[in-house]
Amino acid sequence: MYVAVKGGEAAIANAHRLLADRRRGDRTLPSITIQQVVEQLGLAVDRVMAEASLYDRELAALAVRQARGDMIEAIFILRAYRTTLPRFGYSEPVDTATMKVERRVSATYKDLPGGQLLGPTFDYTHRLLDPSLIDDAAVEEPAVKEPGEHVMRVSDILDGEGLIEGDGRMPEGHVMGDLTREPMEFPMARDLRLQALARGDEGFLLALAYSTQRGYGRTHPFVGEVRIGEVEVELDLPELGFAVSLGVVRVTECQMVNQFMGSAKQPPQFTRGYGLVFGQSERKAMSMSLVDRALRTDEFSEDIVAPAQDQEFVISHADNVQATGFVEHLKLPHYVDFQAELDLVRRMRRDYDAARTGSQDGMKEAAE
Amino acid sequence: MDAKLKQESPPDMARKECMRLLARASFEELNAAWEALADKPDVSPVRGPETGLVMVRGRIGGGGDAFNLGEATVSRATVRLSTGEIGHGQLLGTDKQRARLAAIFDALFQRDANRAAVEALHRQIASRIDTEDRRTAEETAATRVDFFTMVRGDD
Repeated sequence: MYVAVKGGEAAIANAHRLLADRRRGDRTLPSITIQQVVEQLGLAVDRVMAEASLYDRELAALAVRQARGDMIEAIFILRAYRTTLPRFGYSEPVDTATMKVERRVSATYKDLPGGQLLGPTFDYTHRLLDPSLIDDAAVEEPAVKEPGEHVMRVSDILDGEGLIEGDGRMPEGHVMGDLTREPMEFPMARDLRLQALARGDEGFLLALAYSTQRGYGRTHPFVGEVRIGEVEVELDLPELGFAVSLGVVRVTECQMVNQFMGSAKQPPQFTRGYGLVFGQSERKAMSMSLVDRALRTDEFSEDIVAPAQDQEFVISHADNVQATGFVEHLKLPHYVDFQAELDLVRRMRRDYDAARTGSQDGMKEAAE
Repeated sequence: MDAKLKQESPPDMARKECMRLLARASFEELNAAWEALADKPDVSPVRGPETGLVMVRGRIGGGGDAFNLGEATVSRATVRLSTGEIGHGQLLGTDKQRARLAAIFDALFQRDANRAAVEALHRQIASRIDTEDRRTAEETAATRVDFFTMVRGDD
C-alpha cells in the first residue's frame, strides 16, 4: 500500500532561507559580482559551461555563485535553464584551423609553424601558494612581442606524408545525431560519443584517460597539439540564404596521436583521438581525446578489455547531472520502501529462527 | 536557387560582414550610434527580440564530419523600418536590446541615406576588435618558446 505523506513545507522554506544566508556569508564583506566571477574565476565558469553544455559566461558565473561554488550543482542549474529556451538551429561547424590562438603546444614537434606558444598556463609553475595574492598586490601587465606566422595544425603536417589517419569521417549516409533530441542507444556512433564526452564530467574522463595510460586499454598516446582560442560561430539564416556570424566562443582542442594501425589494405599509420571543449580546459580536452581513441575499438578491431573501451559503460556514466541525480536521490525519503524491506527481513529472520529451532529439536531427539 | 544567387552576389558579402561586426558590437557602441543618428526612422518589430539556443557544432579531428559540441545562448530580433527595410540582428548571449539594435543597424545599412553612418559604426567596431585581437596575439607571441641547442662536451 502506498501512503502519501505531506509535511515539511515550513522546514523546507526555512532551509532555503538559511541556504541563502550561508551563500551570502559574512554581511560585512562585499558581495561578489557576476563580472568578478567571470573575470577572476574564469576556469570555474568554463567548466560549468562545458559540462552544462551551454556557452554563456554570465549565466555560468551566476550558476557558480548561486551554487556557492559547488561545480556540479552549478552545472545542474545551468543545464536545467537551457531546457527553458527554444532551439533556433544548428551552427555551421566551427573552424579550429582559423582559431585566434592564445595557447598552442605540441609534444611531437619542437619546431613547427607557429611555434610553441605557452599562453596563460599553470605548466612550469612550482605550485607553491602565493602569499602576495592575499594582499591583492599589483599585477604586472603582460609582456608583448611581434606575432609570428600562422599557427598551423599539427595533424596537417603529418597528414602531408600520409603517416596519420585523416580527420574523422562517418560512414556514407550517416545522419548526425543529437543527444539532446534522441534517447541514448548502443552501439553509439562516434559523433554522438563526442557530444557526450564534450559534456561529460571532467573528473570521470580524467580517471578513465589515466586508466588507459596505466594499461587498461593502452593506446600509446602523444599530444600532437593542444590549442586554446576563439573561433567564430556562424548560423545559416534561411531568410537571407547565407550564414552570418553570431560572435566568437573560446574552445580548447586536443589532437592526440596514437600508435599505428595497419592492415593488408592499408599501410601502418598513426591513429587519432579528438577532444574539443567549451572554454579553456586542456585537462578535459586531453582526457576526452584519450577516451575517444580508446572507444574506437570497432574501427580498429580491438578487443574490449578495459572500462575506457566499453562505450556503454563510459557514455552511460559520464554525465554528472544524471549521476548526481541518481546517487543523491538516495537521501530523499524512502520511508515506505524501507518499511517494506524491514518487514521482509523480519519475516526472513522468523523463518531462519524457526528452521534453526526445528533442526536443533531434531538433533536433540536424535541424541536422546 | 534564389539563395544560391544571393550568396554569390557581392552586396551580400558586404551585408554578411555588416552582420558579423554588429554581432560583436557592445550595447554602448550600438546605443551611442543610434542616439547620434540625425533622422531616426520609426522601427516596428517583426520578430522578437527573443533569446534561444543554437547548437554549436564542431568537426571530428578538426576537419572531419560534424558533431554537436554543445549549445550557446543567442538573442535575435527582426525589425522593419518605416521606410520599408527589414533588418535582422542575431548575436551570442542573452542581451535582447543589443540584438534589437543590431537588427536596426542591419536595416539602416540597406538604406543609402544611412549607409555612411552604419559604415562609420562598422569601422569603430572593427577597429576595437582588431586592437583587442592584436593585443592578445602580441601577448601570446611573448610566450613563444625559443629553443636553443646545448653544445655537447665531447667532440
